[in-house]
Amino acid sequence: MTNRIDARFAALKAENRPALVTFIMGGDPDLATGQAILEALPQAGADIIELGMPFSDPMADGVAIQLGGQRALAAGQTLRGVLGMVEDFRRKDEHTPIVLMGYYNPIYVFGVDKFLAAAKDAGVDGLIVVDLPTEEDDELCLPALKAGINFIRLTTPTTDDNRLPVVLKNTSGFVYYVSMTGVTGAAIKSRGAVGDAVARIKSHTDLPVAVGFGIKTAEDAADIGRYADGIVVGSVLVEAVRTSLDNGKPTDRTVSAVRDIVADLASGVKRARA
Amino acid sequence: METDGLNSLRNGPDEHGRFGIYGGRFVAETLMPLILDLEAHYRAAKIDPAFAAELSDLSTHYAGRPSPLYFAKRLTDHLGGAKVWFKREELNHTGSHKINNCLGQILLAKRMGKTRVIAETGAGQHGVATATVCAKFDLPCTIFMGATDVERQRPNVLRMKMLGAEVRAVTAGAGTLKDAMNEALRDWVTNVDSTYYLIGTAAGPHPYPEMVRDFQSVIGTELKEQFFAAEGKLPDAVVACVGGGSNAIGTFHAFLDDASVKIYGAEAGGHGIDTDNGHAASMTGGRPGVLHGNRTYLLQDADGQILEGHSISAGLDYPGVGPEHSFLHDSKRVTYAPITDNEALEAFQLCTKLEGIIPALESAHGLAQLMKVAPTMDKDQSIVLCLSGRGDKDVESVGNYLGLL
Repeated sequence: MTNRIDARFAALKAENRPALVTFIMGGDPDLATGQAILEALPQAGADIIELGMPFSDPMADGVAIQLGGQRALAAGQTLRGVLGMVEDFRRKDEHTPIVLMGYYNPIYVFGVDKFLAAAKDAGVDGLIVVDLPTEEDDELCLPALKAGINFIRLTTPTTDDNRLPVVLKNTSGFVYYVSMTGVTGAAIKSRGAVGDAVARIKSHTDLPVAVGFGIKTAEDAADIGRYADGIVVGSVLVEAVRTSLDNGKPTDRTVSAVRDIVADLASGVKRARA
Repeated sequence: METDGLNSLRNGPDEHGRFGIYGGRFVAETLMPLILDLEAHYRAAKIDPAFAAELSDLSTHYAGRPSPLYFAKRLTDHLGGAKVWFKREELNHTGSHKINNCLGQILLAKRMGKTRVIAETGAGQHGVATATVCAKFDLPCTIFMGATDVERQRPNVLRMKMLGAEVRAVTAGAGTLKDAMNEALRDWVTNVDSTYYLIGTAAGPHPYPEMVRDFQSVIGTELKEQFFAAEGKLPDAVVACVGGGSNAIGTFHAFLDDASVKIYGAEAGGHGIDTDNGHAASMTGGRPGVLHGNRTYLLQDADGQILEGHSISAGLDYPGVGPEHSFLHDSKRVTYAPITDNEALEAFQLCTKLEGIIPALESAHGLAQLMKVAPTMDKDQSIVLCLSGRGDKDVESVGNYLGLL
């Protein structure tokens, strides 16, 4: 079967608009509601889904995603449970690409080969593992590529021209450009610099380039979506889950809170190049 | 890198920063160029005689090295076995071995043109040592410390503030060393251009475990010379406490290839190794995983979530350990054993009453291990403890435990 990520970017290129990539934490605020949020995303306008694998020590994440991970873990989420979410999702949606995002230790403890086989079976299309730089490609990146799962690499403002080819070498699916030096949810310092960086990366690769970290509104999406092939939004969605809660419990607003923001962001990517 | 022959245990790490399967560089891409740059600067500094000369001068005149090797006669008589010796790292400026590493790294930070320093601290000993060198070298510094540790190590918090450091209390998780390190990494990833991350233990991404070990190895090198001068031979055993394990690797490294020297590391056994999440003995009670930039033994659940652990000693209250210790544990060169909170408290009191030396609670774990081993050894044998820190910071919390307050 064709790679879902490649197919989705090809279709969007034909539409001349960037992809809306949405991050949610798998199992936040609880397992059932987390599943409902996941399943609401495509219709709300998400083109690609990043599903967070919660970790006790998310060193690259700001407070919003830290808390989302803690809620999911408190609800009993596990790596196996996140794979189960994808499996259930695939029964209803064969086309929307799903990228799992998180940290290496739970995968390492699960067993790399066992994890890759289970992820492939569940219908996972790609992985973003924050604490596996290219220097550690033997750990998971190369086995994942061999198993037919994309390994999406983060490039950052500190990745200079000498290093960029090294980082891009085993990247597949798309390149995730981190718009700033910082943790998820902080503010972008310079829009202009992001545009230059995307152009710089594109001079090194034919892969689509998605921009994430610090994108919060439809205006941000429209603005950055003019030159990026995708925009990634996470913290605002995870924060919307939190503010919808009543005493830590989901309410009837929880799913719709996320869905409304995604719909608004989708309007942003649609007018990015209009 | 050491070159003691093919079979030496002192050859690590390899060019990927590995000690066997342990170590490595498990960091976000944002930090990767920084640690490569740090490694390049460290390699250059290591072979620069001017760097060595400056560090040596500071060690002598600022930190007070060499630290004495002391024969603990009353403790020896009390235990009735091997002769007991202390390598007196607690007499260093700032009160622990931490200054050895901080002096080395602050010189490196200066060479690299960094204008701000951050550090994590558990017991506050590393925070104090960092704040001290930052005062001396006129660099602003921010110390990340778990909120729980801020409470139980108040005197050190005050020292850091007086030295001009900003102390940020971290409330995430259990508010201990692990959480402080997460927050320091988040700060570093945000302030990449200006900031030097001065890691206090022999853990984290390569080259930190190697670099911190190198700066701490002065402990074992001096000890070896001093012991030879006193007794004309090698000691029969050396002991140190292990949290992240910087004083331990600094003590052990000089002896790794001396097969006649038994080496013991005391882990924090907390309430006991069988108590779920009630100890911080990552090698005795954990298994390999990846956290804070390196693969090493970690306390974790079946899903790979990191546990908080527990120790009475803030400095040992960490669910991981430096990767070289994991390697030495697997290779069985070093015997790592858990010491409970109560055993450490007992050793703390005994040392204070018999020798007139109040040890840090961390070092008291090492002493408790020594108290188990020394009586099993012959009277003509010798065992040396790295007395890594002094216990002034602990008198209030120990007083509380003992009902003296």
